[in-house]
Amino acid sequence: MMFLPAIIYVLAVVGVPFVLAFIYSVGDVKIASVGYHYVGLANFRSVVQSPTFRRSLYDSIIFTVGTQVVVLVGSTILSLALKDKFTGRGFIRFLILLPWVAPVSLGTIGWKWILDSIYSVINWVLIALHLVKPFDAPMWLGEPTLAMISVIGVESWRLLPFSTVILLAGLTAIPRDIPEAAAVDGAGFWRTLFQITIPMILPIVNVAILFGVIFVFTDMTVVYILTRGGPYDTTQVLPSLAFFTGILGSDLAEGAAISIFLVPILVAVAYFMLRVASRAEVG
Amino acid sequence: MAIVETRKLTKVFKQGQPGAVNDVNLQTREGEFLVFLGPSGSGKTTLLRMIAGLETPTSGEILIGGNVVNHLPPRDRRIAMVFQSYALYPHLTVYQNIVFPLKAQKVKKELHKQKVDWATSLLGIGRLLDRKPRELSGGERQRVALARAMVREPSVFLLDEPLSNLDAKLRASAREELEQFQKRVGTTTIYVTHDQVEAMAMGDRVVVLHQGFVRQIGTPQEVYDEPADTFVATFLGSPPMNLLEANEVIIGFRPERFLPSGLVARSGSSEEIANKMKTEHFLLADVGKRVPLRFHVEYVEYLGAERLVYGALEGGRFSGKAAVSRIPSGVTEKYEANSVYDFIVPEGELKFFDRTTEKRVAPKAIQWQ
Amino acid sequence: MVAGTARRIFGSLVHALVLISFAVLLAFPFYWMLITTFKTTNDLYNLQNNPFKFNEKPTLEHLHLLFHDTLYLRWVGNTVFVGAVVVLITLLLAVPAAYALARLTGRWGERLGIGIFLTYLVPPTLLFIPLARLVAILGLQDSLWSLIVVYPSFTVPFSIWLLMGFFKSIPRELEDAAMVDGLTRFGAFVRLVVPISVSGILTVVIFSFTLVTQEFVYALTFISSEAHQMVGVGVPIFLVRGDVYYWGSLMAACLITSLPIALLYNVFLDRFIAGFTVGAVK
Repeated sequence: MMFLPAIIYVLAVVGVPFVLAFIYSVGDVKIASVGYHYVGLANFRSVVQSPTFRRSLYDSIIFTVGTQVVVLVGSTILSLALKDKFTGRGFIRFLILLPWVAPVSLGTIGWKWILDSIYSVINWVLIALHLVKPFDAPMWLGEPTLAMISVIGVESWRLLPFSTVILLAGLTAIPRDIPEAAAVDGAGFWRTLFQITIPMILPIVNVAILFGVIFVFTDMTVVYILTRGGPYDTTQVLPSLAFFTGILGSDLAEGAAISIFLVPILVAVAYFMLRVASRAEVG
Repeated sequence: MAIVETRKLTKVFKQGQPGAVNDVNLQTREGEFLVFLGPSGSGKTTLLRMIAGLETPTSGEILIGGNVVNHLPPRDRRIAMVFQSYALYPHLTVYQNIVFPLKAQKVKKELHKQKVDWATSLLGIGRLLDRKPRELSGGERQRVALARAMVREPSVFLLDEPLSNLDAKLRASAREELEQFQKRVGTTTIYVTHDQVEAMAMGDRVVVLHQGFVRQIGTPQEVYDEPADTFVATFLGSPPMNLLEANEVIIGFRPERFLPSGLVARSGSSEEIANKMKTEHFLLADVGKRVPLRFHVEYVEYLGAERLVYGALEGGRFSGKAAVSRIPSGVTEKYEANSVYDFIVPEGELKFFDRTTEKRVAPKAIQWQ
Repeated sequence: MVAGTARRIFGSLVHALVLISFAVLLAFPFYWMLITTFKTTNDLYNLQNNPFKFNEKPTLEHLHLLFHDTLYLRWVGNTVFVGAVVVLITLLLAVPAAYALARLTGRWGERLGIGIFLTYLVPPTLLFIPLARLVAILGLQDSLWSLIVVYPSFTVPFSIWLLMGFFKSIPRELEDAAMVDGLTRFGAFVRLVVPISVSGILTVVIFSFTLVTQEFVYALTFISSEAHQMVGVGVPIFLVRGDVYYWGSLMAACLITSLPIALLYNVFLDRFIAGFTVGAVK
């Protein structure tokens, strides 16, 4: 029974707060208060009626889906390019992995400087290329659409290496015979890619998507550092809204109610994850 | 015109290291079953992969149907290949696997079904079409791989140890099936194996490879009976040929030709012998000149159809040299450890090899004492 | 002949182009941090200057500011301290648990393992609100100990999952042999299984540590005073004075902190990924 201490600890630090999140969401707790009164679905009602919440839910979905699309396309291309050995592969791999292995808050603050309203290097390049006028340079983090594009871009930047390495594991698991057989059978590059390689790594693409969805949907770091949800809550996502409401606004109950909306996604992902795991057991 | 021909074909994987394939010249004959035989690392698979276009030759030429194909990708070589693992596409059904080459070659859609039907009925796998490869047995997978290979009617089949993943029992039947299949289709076939039994049983001709060099090309009988060098002599046959080093030559003789003198008939008494030995090994009654050797038996292995008698020669010039005799089970005489018996080898069965080059040389007079 | 060669050259050209553009895109922020670190403030804020080159002499002023006038080193110290304690707790909890689960007969070991792994997926952003209150009730607000208590909640599940794989690859007969040779089961575990799995345990140490350095949400929530910050929160939040960003020092801090962590992580990344893909490959 050597696993008992670990299980008790995990139950205490994950299980208990998990349950508490539900209890708080139907109560009236504030950060400093001690008492607890059951208030039913009042918090949820007030949350759902708030335009900020609706906006955040919408933003969360855009943010998650947008990031997944960028990451999947990017990591598929990149993993295919990294599959075979070539000189300098180790170094290229290190560069490519940097966004994932460096602390996320620090990488993001680097982007904040790159996307700065005045000193953005991107704008400097655009101006130098005469693509935009100097007094009309884009406000990357100050304009709603651009701000959303920016947070999606930075989150994708952060997640791309992770997804790439996972897909790479899938690609290297394909026996060398298979693409060779396809070559002998007369398939060219594209046919092999779309009819053999991609269908064969589909299970592992699913894994990358599942983890990707969880990481992105529940992440608040990128949004918090880049935009703090602004401008006008147009990049506010559920986790950051929960933080602003629950911690900075001291309304634990309403914050908890907001974060409860993360649970359905978690449950769905967990379900699919278990299916992947059980299929692996059978096959 | 040869279907497949190689000219001075060479492959060096790492510069400065010995080549995996060296200066290989060979030609297939129309419709023949050609076997590449060699131990692992002999370059047989590399040779096949170069013919398939999966490996780029370091130098030399490959011709298919009379044209140099060195620069052509595999898909333009009109070849089909069955891989050791069969390389069936795991996410596609049997039907989709077999139709894949047709789609890839842009064969007209109307012809797909007809061609798949033809291939599957020939191999008797029509009922498996909707299954996925993981639901098939080893033998079924092999047949699907063959169907996928033949469906586009290639000018040559390349088979890379296709039987090595089957268990021993299945292997014998699959071997026969494959042989029958090739005879029926009549397509030139190159078959790679490390198993001499497969090579002997299936090949019209056998190419024996060692360390990237062709050691001998010939019919199974030629490579067995008239080995070109000591490598071929010892690689083929189990147990291998007995070799005795004389000063200037190496003398070799097969264990089944090294027999107790009482069992080898003298001239004219062939009927006696034939009656005495109802075995798979038929000994010529009139063996001509005999070389008598004293044989000190060390131990005996009983293998059912035959006995292997291990020991050393005693007395004479080769005293103490190890040798093996293979005696058919029809012989009932006992041969016991630590006893000495009179054995003989027919002089005509002796093979002579040069000591330095290890190549076959003409028979020489040998001083046995 | 010519067509084939041309095609091959074109192919490797595209290949190189793809790799280089991704590498540039992904590594650019870190290159930018490097440039910014050594540029004078004047140079940084002059819009007429080409930002890609040093228009004035490189300077160490930002590094000086970072090391002498901020609590940066203090934050690094805090992070190392929390990291070390969390690693210790993680090992104490995860190693025996993973071993027991790996040796549990039947499918229950696997299932419990997957169950524990799934708890790794429960995000801080769901738990931080109740935990904030629990931390307050325990009187740990603004104390590094609050992080030490909470961080193993994500290092332990992942470590158990990774170590289970390691322990499973050790054949049971090896332990049986040791027990026949006179060791107890516990003795066999300590003297045989642990030494064999040393690389797995090392992986867990590195991961737990890097995960601690990367964490942001809990550190942001539980710690309020500047002196108690972890480096991942201190740099992006507390190096900003009001509305003034000290970009030079900020970028210097990001780079100096990121690179060692990235290097460490990179070495063990393959094992980490193997943990994620167990079951899906093949």
